[in-house]
Amino acid sequence: MGKFQNNLQQHAPGRRQFLKLAGLGGAGLVIGLRLDPRAALAQQSGTPALSYNAFVSVTPDNQVRVLIKHLEMGQGIYTGLATCVAEEMDADWSQIVCEHAPADTEKYANLGMGLQATGGSTGMANSYQQMREAGAAARAMLVMAAAQHWNVPVADISVAAGVVRHGPHSATFGELAAAAAAQTAPAVDSLVLKNPSEFIYIGNPDLPRKDIGKNTGTALYTQDVQLPGMLTAVVAHSPRFGGKVRSFDASAALAVNGVQAVFEIDSGVAVVAQDYWTASKGREALKVEWDDSNAEMRGSKELAELYRSLLETSGTLAEKEGDAESVLSAAGEYLEASFEFPYLSHAPMEPMNCVAQINGNSAELWYGCQFQTIDQMVVAEMIGGRPEDVVINTLFAGGGFGRRANPFSDYIVETVNIAKQHPGIPVKLVWSREDDIRGGFYRPAFMHKLSASLGPDGKPQAFKARLVGQSIMEGTPLAEMSVVEGVDVSSVEGLVELAYHVPNRLVELHSPKVGVPVQWWRSVGNTHTAFSKEVFIDLLARNAGIDPVEYRLSLLEHNPKESAVLRLAAEKAGWGRDLPANTGQGVAVHSSFGSSVAEIVEVSVAGDRFKVERVVAVIDCGTVVNPDIVKAQVEGAVALGLSTALGDELTLTDGLVDQSNFHDYQVLRMSDMPEVEVYFVDSDLPPTGVGEPGTPAIAPAVANALAAITGKTYTRLPLKIG
Amino acid sequence: MSYSLNVNGQTFEVDVDGDTPLLWVVRDHLGMTGTKFGCGMAQCGACTVHIDGEASRSCVLPVSAAAGRQITTIEGLSSNAARAVQQAWVEVQAPQCGYCQSGQIMSASALLAKNSNPSDAEIESAMSGNICRCGTYSRIKAGIRRAADAINAGEVA
Repeated sequence: MGKFQNNLQQHAPGRRQFLKLAGLGGAGLVIGLRLDPRAALAQQSGTPALSYNAFVSVTPDNQVRVLIKHLEMGQGIYTGLATCVAEEMDADWSQIVCEHAPADTEKYANLGMGLQATGGSTGMANSYQQMREAGAAARAMLVMAAAQHWNVPVADISVAAGVVRHGPHSATFGELAAAAAAQTAPAVDSLVLKNPSEFIYIGNPDLPRKDIGKNTGTALYTQDVQLPGMLTAVVAHSPRFGGKVRSFDASAALAVNGVQAVFEIDSGVAVVAQDYWTASKGREALKVEWDDSNAEMRGSKELAELYRSLLETSGTLAEKEGDAESVLSAAGEYLEASFEFPYLSHAPMEPMNCVAQINGNSAELWYGCQFQTIDQMVVAEMIGGRPEDVVINTLFAGGGFGRRANPFSDYIVETVNIAKQHPGIPVKLVWSREDDIRGGFYRPAFMHKLSASLGPDGKPQAFKARLVGQSIMEGTPLAEMSVVEGVDVSSVEGLVELAYHVPNRLVELHSPKVGVPVQWWRSVGNTHTAFSKEVFIDLLARNAGIDPVEYRLSLLEHNPKESAVLRLAAEKAGWGRDLPANTGQGVAVHSSFGSSVAEIVEVSVAGDRFKVERVVAVIDCGTVVNPDIVKAQVEGAVALGLSTALGDELTLTDGLVDQSNFHDYQVLRMSDMPEVEVYFVDSDLPPTGVGEPGTPAIAPAVANALAAITGKTYTRLPLKIG
Repeated sequence: MSYSLNVNGQTFEVDVDGDTPLLWVVRDHLGMTGTKFGCGMAQCGACTVHIDGEASRSCVLPVSAAAGRQITTIEGLSSNAARAVQQAWVEVQAPQCGYCQSGQIMSASALLAKNSNPSDAEIESAMSGNICRCGTYSRIKAGIRRAADAINAGEVA
């Protein structure tokens, strides 16, 4: 108990503290207020929380605290997991307060991964049962305490909206907090969870969010952490991936008033100052000579030539079903298309950053941590401590889209390398937008060649896909489970185990070694495999003269889940309805992270420009815990996917990234955002992925709508009409 | 050198180089961290503040140019339009990651303070400088419409 409370005290970011700044006018230099997240929790409640299990505690003043084991980065996991607890606990929604859990793999592992980590759209899927059980267990302890206190049978006690009742007796959770915490926690298999028909919170679209402070500027992000004595660091990185520092001249940087230190680290040259602007001025003044002898010198043009040549040669076998080669080489109708996808930057609105304080063999970090277990192990090794000596305070992240779960803990390592030079002092590493756009770990560039031979009915008899693109998993700690016989499953997901019925299938993969770091990007391999699959199937449908929805359904008879989302989308969109001139509909359906999504778009074309006017999206993600959040996630997934259709593209010339900021790395803005209607397929099955599955279908649906208007097939992202 | 800044109705003296962007003065020297850093070149709008009531990108505004003007940050929002926007943001559940939302709210409230009945095109124009990578644009637009309705119906006290 005591330890748990200490953890709570230490780890919770809590609310913001604003000093009264009145009366400072004319007082000369203003000393900025310093926000210390360590001190903030004390303000949340005047009384300490009493813990019931790893996730739930109650304060005597009637707050229910829920520890959230996943990173809240906009996907709504605070609200989602709190919903599960509140539901089974019969708490009042207004008494629920959420905090990020500390780093503790034993207690807070992602049950689908065995690591404390957020990703793969597993947040709700792996926690749904666990968090409901945590709520039910806490409820049982409150009821036992009340039964003892009133000397009545447990079975006769009712609980609703945070109040425990029996006849004339009633008590709030807070009033029972201490007595309940003293109860023995019930065995998990003794808990009786609600039937879905009894749900009052699960499925409720109107619950206020629990990730509060985002409308008032008071939510705490890494960028906002201010600790006593804290220093701010920036790093001059090699302009080329794999480049090293040959030499540097720090004299001009050190001459900048306020710059405290300039030194080399593994990833470049660090400049440390009191504040960000001073540090960046120091970096501007710094002179660095780079050693490119091990750097990647190729650009997008050279890589494209390599990839195109690999596309013509056999790759490593990823899947073989039947005998596609023979069927494809026999006489008969045959279609082929090649596809090209650029590197993509995640570009979350909050650039990478991290605060670390190193004290000998222990460390404390504050940041939007997505990979607690891995980050803890990596940092422990760097400081010669144990993983549990690395305290991680997880804060809200300003977006992620995959970037913050880095298998090498890249920017965390960078922070620790700098903080080690300033022992006992908190150091905040801040990446500029340029550091972010040019910092690598992109969605890998890919090329695909898809071929099919067609039967007399126009349906595919054989299907072959050959893919070329860097492996994300190879060389990471995750390779063991995700690279199978030379095939990175994340490179081919979506094209292997093809959703459509085709009797003969062959999938091959080339994974060239390129010095540009790559990483998962919202929906990972599905970002490209769904595009080629869905544009190709549309091409086959048009070739057969069959309506694209009908054609898909005829190949999905064995797949009721995809059929259902597709049918509902067609119905809601008015598939085939009359549209104005130069306007067309396009469809795509794709399953990923356990969920199926169909999207139908209406696109208008004017000259060489197009505009997505309307999007209808249908998702089957099992039980919908919070309908408004699922809708928001699908809206956001559509926006990010649409951004790749319209403009996101990262290129290199001679190993140098061509883009640097939002003026040339062009992302979706409001004027290009269509209205998105989101519908659900009713389901009582456990929840499946929500954050990512809305992304893959949008770009191919738009390409297919363009094809319906112009008659051309669009095989490259971003899309260009001309 | 020393600059006198009027931020949220209060006067502060800061001793910084004149080319220091207002964003970093507000964040690192005054400790008001609601105004966010996103790009540093007026491309994303996360750093939007009001200068004499106009939405302005504080990441490129030198402190020397901000001195003597009325600066409002998200912490100091109090106008009818701003309160209507913040209330509407809660009602439409606009934020996802939330990092851009201070800037979105500052741009939206500056728009509505001048034009309480903006057309879709006027909304898109006023908000074109604010990026949201989470893609909350539809909700932001709906929130602006809702705030406009509340202002016009006299529901904002």
